[in-house]
Amino acid sequence: MSRIDVRKTYKLYIGGQFPRSESGRSYVVNDTKGRLLANAAQASRKDARDAVVAARAAFGGWSGRTAYNRAQVVYRIAEVLEGRREQFEAELRAAEGVSATKARTYVDAAIDRLVWYAGWADKITQVVGNANPVAGPFFNLSTPEPSGVIAVVAPRGALLGLVSVVAPLIVTGNTVVVIASQDNPLTAITLGEVMATSDLPGGVVNVLTGSQAEIAPWLASHMDVNGLDLTGVEDAALATDLEVAAADNLKRVRRPAPDTDWLLEPALDRMTRFMETKTVWHPIGV
Amino acid sequence: MSNIFEYAPAPESRAVVDIKPSYGLFINGEFVDGHGKAFKTVNPATEEVLAEVAEADDADVDEAVKAARRAYTRVWSRMSGAERAKYLYRIARIIQERGRELAVLESIDNGKPIKESRDVDIPVVAAHFFYYAGWADKLEHSGYGSTPLGVAGQVIPWNFPLLMLAWKIAPALACGNTVVLKPAETTPLTALLFAEICQQADLPPGVVNIVTGAGDTGRAIVSHPDVDKVAFTGSTEVGKAIARAVAGTDKKVTLELGGKAANIVFDDAPLDQAIEGIVNGIFFNQGHVCCAGSRLLVQESVADEVLERLKRRMSTLRMGDPLDKNTDVGAINSGEQLKRIRELSEVGDAEGAERWEVACDLPTKGFWFPPTLFTGVSQAHRIAREEIFGPVLSVLTFRTPSEAVEKANNTPFGLSAGVWTDKGSRILSMANRLRAGVVWANTFNKFDPTSPFGGYKESGYGREGGRHGLEAYLKGADS
Repeated sequence: MSRIDVRKTYKLYIGGQFPRSESGRSYVVNDTKGRLLANAAQASRKDARDAVVAARAAFGGWSGRTAYNRAQVVYRIAEVLEGRREQFEAELRAAEGVSATKARTYVDAAIDRLVWYAGWADKITQVVGNANPVAGPFFNLSTPEPSGVIAVVAPRGALLGLVSVVAPLIVTGNTVVVIASQDNPLTAITLGEVMATSDLPGGVVNVLTGSQAEIAPWLASHMDVNGLDLTGVEDAALATDLEVAAADNLKRVRRPAPDTDWLLEPALDRMTRFMETKTVWHPIGV
Repeated sequence: MSNIFEYAPAPESRAVVDIKPSYGLFINGEFVDGHGKAFKTVNPATEEVLAEVAEADDADVDEAVKAARRAYTRVWSRMSGAERAKYLYRIARIIQERGRELAVLESIDNGKPIKESRDVDIPVVAAHFFYYAGWADKLEHSGYGSTPLGVAGQVIPWNFPLLMLAWKIAPALACGNTVVLKPAETTPLTALLFAEICQQADLPPGVVNIVTGAGDTGRAIVSHPDVDKVAFTGSTEVGKAIARAVAGTDKKVTLELGGKAANIVFDDAPLDQAIEGIVNGIFFNQGHVCCAGSRLLVQESVADEVLERLKRRMSTLRMGDPLDKNTDVGAINSGEQLKRIRELSEVGDAEGAERWEVACDLPTKGFWFPPTLFTGVSQAHRIAREEIFGPVLSVLTFRTPSEAVEKANNTPFGLSAGVWTDKGSRILSMANRLRAGVVWANTFNKFDPTSPFGGYKESGYGREGGRHGLEAYLKGADS
C-alpha cells in the first residue's frame, strides 16, 4: 500500500500569524493539469484591513531598526530559503508547471535577489542621499526614508516575482501588505513560512491570497496605506480604478509593469519609489 | 499703533515697471490673443485693476502644447546640454539685471512686502536658473539618466509667483523638456514679464509657453494627451484631482501641496532666535506659505514666556503698503483668500480657542488681515488641522519629546517642521522621528536651489530643487 500524503493547509500570513480568512471562504487552486493542489484562503476586506493594521503596527519598529540589522534579517530570509530549495522547486513545478531546470533557476534567482537587496539596506542612503551646498551658513542634508505601509499587487511568478517586489520595500524600512498572484498563491504562503522563521518581525510582510479585483480596491482606498504598487495588475481598467482610489490620500503609486523580466538585475527604482527624501537644515555657527 | 519709533514712509518707486493695459498668451515665442475671455488682475493692497489678462481655453492650451512639442522635437531635445545651459545662464543674468523691476511688479501684483520680493524671491529665482543651468551638461552624473520626458505641463500658485515659476521651468529646461506653464489667475504679471525675458534671451520659440487663466485652463493642461509630465504646486484638493486625472496614463507627476507644519520649541531653546523663527515661520508672506509653521508646539514649562515674548515681537510688525521698504506684513492676495482666512478664524473662536491679534489700523481699501494667534488650541480644533494659508498661528503645548513628535505627526500633511533646542542629540532624534520632507532645526523657512523640497503623505510627492529635483524631469531607469 502506498502512503497517503499529509496535505498542507494554506492560510493567510498576517501579523506574523497564519489565520484563515475571517470570511471562512477558500478557493480552489489547481495545477496546470487541472488537478487539485489545495483550497487557498480567500481573503476578504476585513483580512485586508487587519493586514494594514499589522503593517502599521510593525512600521515604527522596523523602520527604526538600523539598516545593518534590516540587512541581516533579509539575508537571513535568503539563508532559510536556501535550506528549503527543494520544497520550492517542487512547489513551482507543481503549481506553475515549469521544468525542473526552470524551477531551479527561479528559486536560485529569488535567493540571489534577496541577497542583493539585503546588501542595499545600508547603502541606499549613501547612494541616493547627499549633502547640499546651500548658499549660507547651514548644514543641509538630504536622506531617504521609507514611505510607510505599502500595498502591493504581486506579479505572476509566485516566488521570484513576489521576492522582487517585496524585498526592495522591506529592506528600505517599509512594511508591506501583498496580494499574492491569484493563480499561483501557494508558494507565497510557503514563503510566508520562510519569513516567519527568519527573524522578520510579525507584520512587516503580510500575505493575502484571493481575488485581486476584490481585495485591491480596499487597499487602494485605505487611508492608512502610504503607497500602492500595481506591478501585478494585468487588467488596465482595474489598474486605473486603483490609481484613482489611491489619489484620496495621495498614495505613491507604481503603475503596472506587464513585461518585466524578473531574471534581470533590478534598478534602484523599486526601492526609491517608496522612499521620501527628508532634508534637514541647521545653522552653522559658534 | 503709535510708538516713539515711528518710521517715515519709504515707498519703492513704481516707475521702473511698465504695466500694459492688456496681455495676451505667450505661445511659440510670441504674444497672441486667446480665444477665451479676458479677466482682470488687481493690486490686492489697493484693489486697483492692474491689467486685463487673456483666459486660455482648450484650443489655446492645445496650441501651446503643439508649440512645445514642436520645439521639443525639432530644437530643444536635440540641442546639447552645454548649449541649453547657456540659455539658462542668460535667463539667470537677465533676472538679476531686471531684478528691481521684477521685485516691484511681484509686490504690486501679489501684495507681498517689497523687502521679501527684493531680498528673497528674486535672488532665489535667479539662483535657481543659475543652479540648473549648471546641471544641463552634467545630467549623466545625476543618477537619473539624461533622457528628457517631453512636454511638461506646469501649474503654479499665487503665493510665490516667480519663485514657483523658476522651480518649475529651470529644471525642466535643463533636462531638455519644453514647458507650458500656467501662473495663478491672481498673479499672472511676473510670468508674462518672464516671457519677455525669454524673448530677450533669444530662447527658441515654443520652449517656454505661458498661458494664463484659472482652474479650467489648468485642467486643460493637466489632461492634455500630449503632455508627458505634470507638475503642480497648490492645494491638496486640486492635487488629488490631478492624481485622479492622470490615473491610467503614462504621465509622470509631481505634486507640492499643503502643509500644517509644527514648529516645536523646547525649554532649552535659544528663545530670541526661536521667537524670530516663529514669526518668520508664520508671518512671512502673510502666512501664504505651504510650509508655514502654522502650529506652534511649545514646551509647557516655557509656554508663558514664549507667548509673552511672541506677542511683544508681533506688536512690532509693520503692516501696510507692500511697496514700503519698512513693511513686514503686506496684503492678503485676494478677497476670496481673505474670506477663507476670516472663516477659519471664526471657527477657531467658535471652537473655544482664544484669539489674540496685533492691534493696528488696517487700510480701508485692499485685503488685510492682522497677524493673529490662537491659544488654548487642541489637536481636534479645525485651526490645528486645516491649512489656513494666512497670518494665523495656533499654539499648542507639550511636555515630553515623544508627545511633541506625536502631535507634530498627527496630521495628514507632512511637508515641513521646525525644532528649537540647544541639545544636538535631541535635534537629530527629533529630525529622525518627524514625518516631514523638510526639517528646519534652530532656523525656519530657508530655501536654496541646491536643497530638495517636498512633502510626505498628503503634502504631495516628488522633490523640487537640488539633485533630487532633476528626477521629476528625466526618464530614469525603471525595472
